[in-house]
Amino acid sequence: MSVAPILLSVEGLTKSYGGVHAVRGVSFELRAGEILALIGPNGAGKSTCFDMLNGQNVPDSGRINLLGEDTAGKKPRAIWRLGVGRTFQITATFPTMTVRENIQVALVSYGRQLFNLWRSTPGFAKAEAGRLLDLVGMGAYAERPCGELAYGDLKRLELAVALANQPKLLLMDEPTAGMAPRERIELMRLTARIAKEQSIGVLFTEHDMDVVFEHADRIIVLNRGLLIAEGLPEQVRNDPQVRAVYLGGGLMYDARHHEGAAT
Amino acid sequence: MRASRYYFLGAGLAIALSGMANSAMAQSEIKIGEINSYSLLPAFTDPYRKGWQLAVEEINAAGGIGGKKLVVVSKDDGGKPADAQTAANELVSSENVAMLTGTFLSNIGLAVSDFAKEKKVFFLAAEPLTDAITWAKGNRYTFRLRPSNYMQAAMLVEEAAKLPAKRWATIAPNYEYGQSAVAVFKKLMSEKRPDIVWVDEQWPPQGKIDAGPVVQAVAAANPEAILNVTFGADLVKLVREGNTRGLFKDRSVVSFLTGEPEYLDPLKDETPEGWIVTGYPWYSIKTPEHDAFLKAYQAKYNDYPRLGSIVGYETIKSAAAILTKAGSTDPEKLIAAAEGIAVPSPFGEISFRKIDHQSTLGAFVGKTALKDGKGIMVDTSYRKGADYLPSDAEVEKLRPKE
Amino acid sequence: MAFYVVQFLTGLASAASLFLVASGLSIIFGVTRIVNFAHGAFYMLGAYVAFTLTERFSGALGFWGGMVVAALVVAAVGVLVEMVLLRRIYHSPELFQLLATFGLTLMVEDLVVLIWGPNDLLGRRAPGLKGAVDFFGQNIPSYDLFLIVLGPVVLGILWLLFQRTRWGILVRAATQDRDMVAALGVNQKWLFTSVFAVGVFLAALGGALQIPRDAVNHAMDLRIIVDVFVVVVIGGLGSIIGAFVAAVLVSELNAFGILIFPKISIILVFLVMAAVLIVRPWGLFGKQEAAARRTPGLTVNPWRPLTSGERLAAMVALIVAAALPLVGGNYALTVGSEVAIFVIFAASLHFLMSVGGLASFGHAAYFGLGAYGVALLAKMAGLPMIVCLLLGPLLGCVGAAVFGFFAVQLSGVYFAMLTLAFAQIVWSIAFQWVAVTGGDNGILGVWPEKWVSSASHFYWLSLGVAALVVAALRVMVFSPFGFALRATRDSPLRSEAIGINGKRIQWTAFVIAGTAAGIAGALFAYLKGSVFPDNLGISLSVDALVMVLLGGVETVSGAVVGAIVYKALNIWLVSQTDLSKLVLGGFIVLIVVAFPKGIVGVLETIRNRRRSASSKSALVTSRIETAE
Repeated sequence: MSVAPILLSVEGLTKSYGGVHAVRGVSFELRAGEILALIGPNGAGKSTCFDMLNGQNVPDSGRINLLGEDTAGKKPRAIWRLGVGRTFQITATFPTMTVRENIQVALVSYGRQLFNLWRSTPGFAKAEAGRLLDLVGMGAYAERPCGELAYGDLKRLELAVALANQPKLLLMDEPTAGMAPRERIELMRLTARIAKEQSIGVLFTEHDMDVVFEHADRIIVLNRGLLIAEGLPEQVRNDPQVRAVYLGGGLMYDARHHEGAAT
Repeated sequence: MRASRYYFLGAGLAIALSGMANSAMAQSEIKIGEINSYSLLPAFTDPYRKGWQLAVEEINAAGGIGGKKLVVVSKDDGGKPADAQTAANELVSSENVAMLTGTFLSNIGLAVSDFAKEKKVFFLAAEPLTDAITWAKGNRYTFRLRPSNYMQAAMLVEEAAKLPAKRWATIAPNYEYGQSAVAVFKKLMSEKRPDIVWVDEQWPPQGKIDAGPVVQAVAAANPEAILNVTFGADLVKLVREGNTRGLFKDRSVVSFLTGEPEYLDPLKDETPEGWIVTGYPWYSIKTPEHDAFLKAYQAKYNDYPRLGSIVGYETIKSAAAILTKAGSTDPEKLIAAAEGIAVPSPFGEISFRKIDHQSTLGAFVGKTALKDGKGIMVDTSYRKGADYLPSDAEVEKLRPKE
Repeated sequence: MAFYVVQFLTGLASAASLFLVASGLSIIFGVTRIVNFAHGAFYMLGAYVAFTLTERFSGALGFWGGMVVAALVVAAVGVLVEMVLLRRIYHSPELFQLLATFGLTLMVEDLVVLIWGPNDLLGRRAPGLKGAVDFFGQNIPSYDLFLIVLGPVVLGILWLLFQRTRWGILVRAATQDRDMVAALGVNQKWLFTSVFAVGVFLAALGGALQIPRDAVNHAMDLRIIVDVFVVVVIGGLGSIIGAFVAAVLVSELNAFGILIFPKISIILVFLVMAAVLIVRPWGLFGKQEAAARRTPGLTVNPWRPLTSGERLAAMVALIVAAALPLVGGNYALTVGSEVAIFVIFAASLHFLMSVGGLASFGHAAYFGLGAYGVALLAKMAGLPMIVCLLLGPLLGCVGAAVFGFFAVQLSGVYFAMLTLAFAQIVWSIAFQWVAVTGGDNGILGVWPEKWVSSASHFYWLSLGVAALVVAALRVMVFSPFGFALRATRDSPLRSEAIGINGKRIQWTAFVIAGTAAGIAGALFAYLKGSVFPDNLGISLSVDALVMVLLGGVETVSGAVVGAIVYKALNIWLVSQTDLSKLVLGGFIVLIVVAFPKGIVGVLETIRNRRRSASSKSALVTSRIETAE
């Protein structure tokens, strides 16, 4: 894995809101095909950090090198154009369109056809849309109105949308939030499989420690805006600082039953 | 999409069929098409309608027009020029009317007048005051009954020029009527009284006057006399604020149209005294023509007439006279008949001038006063329209060549 | 100096009545999200009822008691309206309630004339406050002083109500987050009803208080409604203090503005609003609105292009429509042309409003610009008709490009109000620039050339252009651009995250819609042979909104059907009765109740239900509460 190229490198990322330091000098790297989990208790700065990576927030200082470009302060759409797919904590899809059309819009954008006033979208890149839907196991739902989908299916649809621009990197904000336990495992297995097959780097935040320790190749831990630990799951699990932060020293993966309540 | 087309078709068919049914009417009647802002301005158009209905009744009782029954087909324009044109089109195309009459607002009068010119239809404008309808935008198909802006201004200037006041301020609604009323008044006044200075002008939006600040602003300029052109609800607000704030105290006020019952009556016991106004003092006109009209009107409606009643009545009376004289519904013959025709009216005989198609109907000038908690006009005198029009040479210059 | 103090106080008195009415509107909107077009009608009713009561019961008690009782009576009417009408349509598409309240307003305008007669009514002066107080030689009406005190008192009472009572806290919570209140287990029905009652009470009281200053008449509602909306938006939706500050700001700017520019009143509020919204997109005291959540339980029929059978049917229908000259006379053809033109106009707004999710309250601006473009080219440049028709709409296009750029920076009601402000600014230019536009006397003599001067030829021209424009817009709906536009409407977050520049997409849509409206306006100028400022006016903008809503805002062809039904009915009613507003308003209210998704929307729902009675849709559980 160490031979894989670096997709994302973050150096000294800092952000504060009116005197409150949300993120303080965070640095880390992510390589192709690697699945990196970003964890930490509420208020640790995960979301702020995540938002700066995907362009929804501008860092005060620090550098974000994404696929060879400095993206600090760039808009989400510009970051997406570099080859970054993303999913949201609460799914963001287009409820008035069919499942396939959701994918097709992304494909239209990827093909730079957004200002095309003539072509028919329902016939646009149908095969590619079908391939993406099949990939996430949603092929049978192609004609369904997106607004009628169950939540787990929406999450899978979102993953397919995120893959439409053939990304090199996926940013997933709490990919399994709000899902049933079995669905969580399935979705993460699917994600991991696609990541490995296509050599896509994945950065995700997550509250469910089962998911984290089961699927992450590496973990970074934030607390009060500082990066307090980084390493393989075993290392992080046994890190005393991490244990101290999480539930006053209790084994965090034993605390899984509380996770839902903590969100 | 599919459903939509059917609706389209259905609506079209319905309209087409109703049109055909109407055109199959008997040939024993002559139709006049009438358009006015009935729903927007009921306070003015209700008495107007009563006036023309009375005229229709009288005409038919006297045997109609050349033995044919006179029928007036009346349409509402909702106060919109575009809707007035739709109505005009319906009257001409579906109802096959011999001529168009009516309209109150100046821009609607102009819209219908332009329609008349394009479609070659005779149009007798009843109430619009704008000078443009007979002068700058006049055309050979359009005639107008009511004394124009210019004429009303000239009547008022005659009295205003006698006032000692030198410092004048104006208050007028901010649209064409108000603007041209002020412009004409200023021009004629300055001709007669070069010593006058205009110290302030206020242009509240029509129907939306914020009377307090306007009154205050005029008072601050400290004029000796004020010209008012506002009317309707604006006038009420202006008068109330002006009375409370003492604006009219020791100041002369000259006011367009305020003596018309339509505008004077709502003021009730707050009517300011001593304003020089044009209007219609129906209670103090003692002529046989007017007595006859007043009696007939009160008998039919158990109500007193407003100026609109006179205008409505005289519009249809004039139209009937023109139709009778022409002996035809051909627009060219109607124009020939109308030019110079003399018609009796409750205000005495009037005529339609050949040169600009303006009637010589006049107006009463007098002063406002309070009597039994109601506003009236006193010291009134009738001013014949013919005496307050510019020379023929000037009119020739104003009217476009055809 | 004394003069300026008095002018300031006079401005404050004007502000007081504006604030009363505006605060009611603001509260109603904040909680129920209803754009209550009927607020002006309640204001007017308050004045009429108070007039009757104060005439009947004399004395101080009769007067002041009459005012309060009048406001209570009208509030009761408001409650009735809320329970009988509005409750049925809270779950309808956004802005659909506007249609209902618009219908009500039309009805009330005719009803007051039927009940109280057509004449302006002069009410009593307030007992004890008839005169004026001398202030260094300037007179201040004592009633003004009363109003100046009353404004802040009402503000204070409302503030206490919102801060100190459980009801007030609920109202504030609901203003911030409607779903939260539902989650708290509050009886939302009665909360809405009570809020509506309070709002209407304030409006009616504002109307009643005008009695000593104004003439009670049937146009009072329209005189105030737009100004009140503007005040609410300048202050920030849902903010009572904002409404107060905005009312004072607008009134004082007017009071002092007329000293320098006596003609400023006609446009002042709109200039202020445009300036405020460009600098502060959520008004002076407003907060950024949380992204509108879709009404729960509302499933949208996905849009699909016409099947080949439907395409054929549309062609047949078009051919049948084109055969109208065989059966119809001149009038039918002219009405047909007008309907076709309004189909274009409504379809253009539909593109912006339904496809783009941008409800413009000032769409007539681009219609009117197209009309003026044609009129100016034809009359001043003397260009041939075909050139005018091609170039005229460009004025609409340019106007849309300029105003659209600023407007798409906003969303929701703020977008709507900024478009309204721009439209009013354009209107006032057309109204005031007499040398070029002829002012309100308009531009006359814009008649078509010989080759289309006959009614049938012009009808074919209008029908042909309408078919082309509607077809083109429909193609665009299903084009990649149309999907990008819908994507931006559905989820700004997701569309940005897949590389869509939402603002640019919306701006482009605005320009397309403005150009199409301009085409309609260009044809309209030739149909009528003249152009007037009301071609740019608010009532035309409202007409377009009504057409789109009537047809069904969530359908593709709703605008076409809505335009045909509304325009044909309107022309017919105006021709048949002087009470056209009463009948039309009643019809709209009925439609609202019978077709809560618009005409086409309900037809589609019925069809879909038949088609897929078997396939039960999965439960939508899209709202997951998270604290992060």
